[in-house]
Amino acid sequence: MQTSIPDTSDIVEWKLPSKRKVGMACLITTETALFCIFVVAYIYNIDKSFIGPYPLDILTKPWLASFFLLSSSVTIYFAEVAFHKDNIGVFRFWWGITILFGAIFLAFTAYEWYEFIYHHGLTISTNLFGATFYSLVGLHASHVIVGLGLLTTVFVFSLLGKVDKAAHEERLMMISWYWHFVDAIWIIVFTVVYVIGLGKLHQ
Amino acid sequence: MPRPFIQSRRLLSRLTGMLVLIAPSIAFGQAPETASNGVVHAKQNIFVPMSAAAEEVLGVSWLVTGICTAIFAIVAGLLTYAIIKFRSKPGEERLEPPQIYGSFQIELAWTIIPIMIVFLLALVTARTIGTVQARQIPADAVKIKVIGRQWWWEIHYLSADGKTTEMITANELHVPVNKVTHLYLQSADVVHAFWVPALAGKTDLIPNHTNEMWIEPNTLGTFLGNCAEYCGTQHANMLLRVVVDDQAGYDKWLAAQKAPPVEDTAVAAGKDTFFRTSCINCHAVDGTIAKGVFGPDLTHMMSRQTIAAGVAPLNKETLREWLRDPQEMKHGNLMPNMQLTEKELDDITEYLASLK
Amino acid sequence: MADSHLTTATAKGFPVAEAHAEEKSLWAGGIHGWLFTVDHKRLGILYICSGLFFFLVAGVMAALIRLQLMWPRAEIIEPEVFNRFFTMHGTTMVFLVGMPIIAGMANYLVPLQIGTRDMAFPRLNAFGFWIFFFGSLLLYFSYIGAPGLYNKGSAPDVGWFAYAPLTSRAFSKGTSTDYWALSILLTGIGSIATAINVIVTAFCLRCKGMTLMRMPLFVWMSIVMAFLMILALPALSAAQIMLLLDRYLGAAFFDTQAGGSATIWMHFFWIFGHPEVYILIMPGFAAASEIIPVFSRKPIFGYPIMVAASVAIAFLSLGVWAHHMFTIGLPPLGNTFFAFATMVIAVPTGIKIFNWLGTMWGGKIRLQTPMLFCIAFLFQFLIAGLTGIMLAVTPFDWQLHDSYFVVAHFHYVLIGGLLFAIFATIYYWYPKATGRMLSETLGKWHFWVFMIGFNLTFGPQHIAGILGMPRRIYTYDAGRGWEIWNQLSSIGVIFQAIGLLFFVYNLVWALYRGKKAGDDPWDAWTLEWTTTSPPPDYNFETDPVVNSRRPLWDIKHPNDPDWHHDDPEMFRKSAKTSQHP
Repeated sequence: MQTSIPDTSDIVEWKLPSKRKVGMACLITTETALFCIFVVAYIYNIDKSFIGPYPLDILTKPWLASFFLLSSSVTIYFAEVAFHKDNIGVFRFWWGITILFGAIFLAFTAYEWYEFIYHHGLTISTNLFGATFYSLVGLHASHVIVGLGLLTTVFVFSLLGKVDKAAHEERLMMISWYWHFVDAIWIIVFTVVYVIGLGKLHQ
Repeated sequence: MPRPFIQSRRLLSRLTGMLVLIAPSIAFGQAPETASNGVVHAKQNIFVPMSAAAEEVLGVSWLVTGICTAIFAIVAGLLTYAIIKFRSKPGEERLEPPQIYGSFQIELAWTIIPIMIVFLLALVTARTIGTVQARQIPADAVKIKVIGRQWWWEIHYLSADGKTTEMITANELHVPVNKVTHLYLQSADVVHAFWVPALAGKTDLIPNHTNEMWIEPNTLGTFLGNCAEYCGTQHANMLLRVVVDDQAGYDKWLAAQKAPPVEDTAVAAGKDTFFRTSCINCHAVDGTIAKGVFGPDLTHMMSRQTIAAGVAPLNKETLREWLRDPQEMKHGNLMPNMQLTEKELDDITEYLASLK
Repeated sequence: MADSHLTTATAKGFPVAEAHAEEKSLWAGGIHGWLFTVDHKRLGILYICSGLFFFLVAGVMAALIRLQLMWPRAEIIEPEVFNRFFTMHGTTMVFLVGMPIIAGMANYLVPLQIGTRDMAFPRLNAFGFWIFFFGSLLLYFSYIGAPGLYNKGSAPDVGWFAYAPLTSRAFSKGTSTDYWALSILLTGIGSIATAINVIVTAFCLRCKGMTLMRMPLFVWMSIVMAFLMILALPALSAAQIMLLLDRYLGAAFFDTQAGGSATIWMHFFWIFGHPEVYILIMPGFAAASEIIPVFSRKPIFGYPIMVAASVAIAFLSLGVWAHHMFTIGLPPLGNTFFAFATMVIAVPTGIKIFNWLGTMWGGKIRLQTPMLFCIAFLFQFLIAGLTGIMLAVTPFDWQLHDSYFVVAHFHYVLIGGLLFAIFATIYYWYPKATGRMLSETLGKWHFWVFMIGFNLTFGPQHIAGILGMPRRIYTYDAGRGWEIWNQLSSIGVIFQAIGLLFFVYNLVWALYRGKKAGDDPWDAWTLEWTTTSPPPDYNFETDPVVNSRRPLWDIKHPNDPDWHHDDPEMFRKSAKTSQHP
């Protein structure tokens, strides 16, 4: 039938956005909305706990952990650049460093939680601080875990030599978008939990 | 299940019943007439307020109702006209009408006119919100704390400074006419809402939070209300009565409520049983060891019009039936079946019936 | 000019037989073909069929609710059972009927209307459907599973809005509330998967020439719906996760005894809940925006304004949630803000109604069944919108809130608006999906009987509300002036049920006996009508190319094509270069 439509279109090239990019952008949007609610719940419940431990008693700012996580956003960028240049060796190096940094961040979180649970007696059911803290930080940590799973999968496939530029560049870019998103969320979580959450008590 | 005031499921008698119900004097079954002038305002209409708080909102309510009715008439009229006028007539099926894609001027018109209407409504709304919510409540207002409970109302009459409870009752709010009553609303369990349509709009009773509202009734009588926020199994039977009395009648009622319970040696057996069984774990009677806080205060219970937050009129028969098995009259309510013997039932009924 | 309008519809200026695909039988592949399908059309039909099934289930519950309320102090249904019914009715109608049917409509129609072969992520699409479907079964499994462990009641009975702390373990014993939270969490994941798919499909798979401003309005409004889904649904999911943490791990988000808040649940729920209303009604708008033009024989009036109004409604709907909370004691400023924001939504909504009116104005209106449903949609949605404005006026809402007036209002939105639009959708696109026409006679019976029944049921409820009847009560006393309105309301249910019988019979009858539809039974203009009915797996033999919003109009009316209006420059160019027939 199209034959009967006069070919008046001066569209030489019909370009549309990439499915993966739009899809990942949507996923990030909806995840952001999810985090928003947990952030609001955290802020709303600051200073509402009836019993301790309170944030001021036990929270310390996780500078080192944050350094590793935020650095991993840089290292994954280096990995992407290397991949774009088809330099698989360098790519593997930076990609591996990214995984390592992510894992170190998780280890810090695990240690923090261990301290809280075993030495300070703060569990999710202790008070509102426990409930909002573990849910928000835990939600973020679970995203880090998912990210590490994706990164590791790619790493294993690249070791097996099954990752190539032509087929996978955009897919890797999507994983990197997701990783940047997880890092960006950490900045928000850090600000809310370790800056605002502690600041309010000082007043 | 309750033995209701009027109970029949036959449609025919329903329909004749409906005719009778049109008569305005028919109210709430055979409810006892304890209000000062005996009128029970069972039928209410939010457009017929009998309190200043409800009157305040009447203006904006009529305004928006009028505007919406007018818009409906105009738009529905145009739609009807369009459907009739522009129907495809027989024989014309193959003709296509002129293709009109839109008109900037028309779009602009039907954007700007609604914006103006919205602006007007918003201003009137804002003003009314102010007059109701920001009203200065006079210092001599009656102060009452209402606590919502599954599924009844605990009512505290507060001292003039609003700080201490002077008297506790349940399910029935007595207030003086033409005077502001300041209500402090709280909940002991889940979210409830206080609603007596003729007196004021509703306000929620929220646990861990105090809400305030005020009423200023200008008509004597008993007003029926409901819990208006779903609160569990017996939400439907969390009924409320507001008795508006003249000042003298109100003062008399209040004094009687504050008085110690009647001592009647004729009901000693029942009193003894009452204190021996676990009744006192939940119920209180002033001046005795019964200090329970989970159920309604029974000090002057027989002065109330209904039992079980409005499920049935309160008299000896309904009281005995309730005691025999509360779950039958109000299924799911929190008072357990106490498994009383017939003798105990008689005795406790006699005792409670003496608490006038 | 005038001549061009006399072009006969039979001269469908395109050679049907030449570039024609094989139509695909609905039964090809057997059961396997349906269970394992990743085809957007089949998934769309699966969505709609499961939605219709749950519609009947929840409809039966509604009928029983109305039976209990027909007489004061009736003793037909126990209070617990009644509370479960209205909870399950509400939850089902929103999450198991509304959401899958609109997902199904978008699934079926968006790829066809933008001239592509499938959704962007077909397997994600299948995942979305099946997780929705099993989530739905989980909700209904509560009738069997919830009493099993603790013997504390079966299906959820906390209302579809599940206000805290009624949902806490102290007040909701057993597992029924967990079934509610978990199953809706699952269906929410399915809805988000579908929403992402719709957005990506519409942005990334449009056929050549289909710029954003040439997309059919159905596609535009599906995009708006999908955006609202990805923004609003996470609020509910987050709140449900917190509720489950409360119930299982002893957290205290909503435990008022431990400092938690009852109102923050309300905020979270309505941050989701109000956009949800627009998520549900947007496909109704979408269907009306496709059907009204075709049956008025005119293009949609003010296309760009319609797009802008849809986007505006979506934006505004994210900022009005607290109008569900005017009675919780918000400060005056909060009450005023949310009243104002809510009223402002009336402006773009009004523009839509006026534009539909403008489309009909000067047209040649064909009163066939899809159009009848659309006309009723217009009247009923008008009423719903106006009662919505009344509810937005905070002081008036203090009276009307949680009364039967609200029940009437949102049933006018969701039945009078959405369901009527869904019926219009089904009458209009059923021929495309099955290859056969639904019976016009049965359709008209369905329309008139159901329309009368609907208005008889929900019209009187406005009055019951004004007379002070609260929602969600399983019984009421005689003498409060509510009897007659409840009786009328319950009688209306009988008419609705009979109307639905005509509908169901029509659906089944037409599948075997309906008149063959052909490709383009309504003489319509969008791309789905260029392919066979039902379309083949790959939808289009060759990738379509479009030059305007109404590609089939262009073909049928070569002397007065749409792009003539759309883009005068292109018209001049084409007039120079080619002399097409």
